Amino acid sequence: MTPSIQISDLQVRYGDTVALHDIALDLPGGKIYGLLGRNGAGKTTLLSAVAGFRKPSAGSVRLGGEPVFENPRNTTRICLITEGGGVGDSTDNLRDVLDMARMLRPGWDDKYAEELLERFALPRKKSLGALSRGQRSAFGVVVGLASRAPLTMFDEAHLGMDAPTRRLFLDELLRDYVATQRTFVISTHLIEEQSPVFERVLILHEGRVMLHEELDELRSRGVSVTGPSAVVDDFVFGLTVLGEERLGPTKRVMVYGTLAEDSVRAARTHGLELGPVALQDLFIHLTGGVA
Amino acid sequence: MFDDRSPIYRQIADQIKADVLRGVLGDDEQVMSTNQYAAYYRINPATAAKAFQHLVDEEVIYKRRGVGMFVNPGARQRLREQRRERFFADVLEPMVAEARDLEIPAADLVARIHQLTDPGAAR
Repeated sequence: MTPSIQISDLQVRYGDTVALHDIALDLPGGKIYGLLGRNGAGKTTLLSAVAGFRKPSAGSVRLGGEPVFENPRNTTRICLITEGGGVGDSTDNLRDVLDMARMLRPGWDDKYAEELLERFALPRKKSLGALSRGQRSAFGVVVGLASRAPLTMFDEAHLGMDAPTRRLFLDELLRDYVATQRTFVISTHLIEEQSPVFERVLILHEGRVMLHEELDELRSRGVSVTGPSAVVDDFVFGLTVLGEERLGPTKRVMVYGTLAEDSVRAARTHGLELGPVALQDLFIHLTGGVA
Repeated sequence: MFDDRSPIYRQIADQIKADVLRGVLGDDEQVMSTNQYAAYYRINPATAAKAFQHLVDEEVIYKRRGVGMFVNPGARQRLREQRRERFFADVLEPMVAEARDLEIPAADLVARIHQLTDPGAAR
């Protein structure tokens, strides 16, 4: 029922710069996807291409089997709320933006939009330019959710939002997702705060898909090994080491992958401590670590 | 609520098991639905569903189609037996090791345990 997204050999170039290289993704509908990546990784470009805002330099993006670019059938099924809630000009009243959305969006839900405006305490009569950054973002969320578009994408919807508003965003997102089972793609840098609502996580790195994985799979992907330096070094030999920290004679190494049972037993007999790695740490190390 | 490390579904499953073990959730008592759980803890419903499936597989809870999920009678007893098996290795041994590091005599540990388990006798 909810259309899936097929991206094949997608390439997007800006002049000589290749923003996206050979992206291939098959994303079943009806899930909440989290799109992670460092600054400049290509998240916004990918979302624009999926929304049909940008013509691929090569390859294709399809929603429900049909191209997204210059395809009116798909344009009305996709809603992308760009960074910081870019839904209109600064002189537009919120009211005007909502009227426009009602005309363009076949699934638009007026009652829901009103409810959300109340919940986010947004003034209908003000112009977009008169709103704070966080309020503009919140208004973007209102438009995205009330669009009831089968594919709704938020590019860093949280920009400028205070903590209670961000929490409200997640609550409303989940409430609507449970009710509609549509597809959401959410790009974010707030990994620890927002990732629990994702079913799958995509990591984009330097214009390529580094990883596409179920959230909980990914959360069990990293292992930290702590103990005396020499023992730790012996143990992690041959494993994919993402990073290490030293504290006096003790060393903690982060390993990517799942340890076999006999490795776990060996670690115990050598007095090494094994522990999980937080998703944010995993992300930092996978995407190049800190200089 | 959840730590940021281990898989969320496992943490949910562990919590529900702890509730069953403590008797907070009784035999045949209904547990929250997947969606309620997801909304309450702000997690993806699929993650919550995975936790529940895990608990169904382990016979901690059972599904009644269209009604919901309930605590399996006997689950508490079974969980107790499983935990008992692991108690000495998981809880007691690390505790004794730490007491040794702290130079707390074994007699003090034993005395404290008697006090906690039978407060009347200590008087």
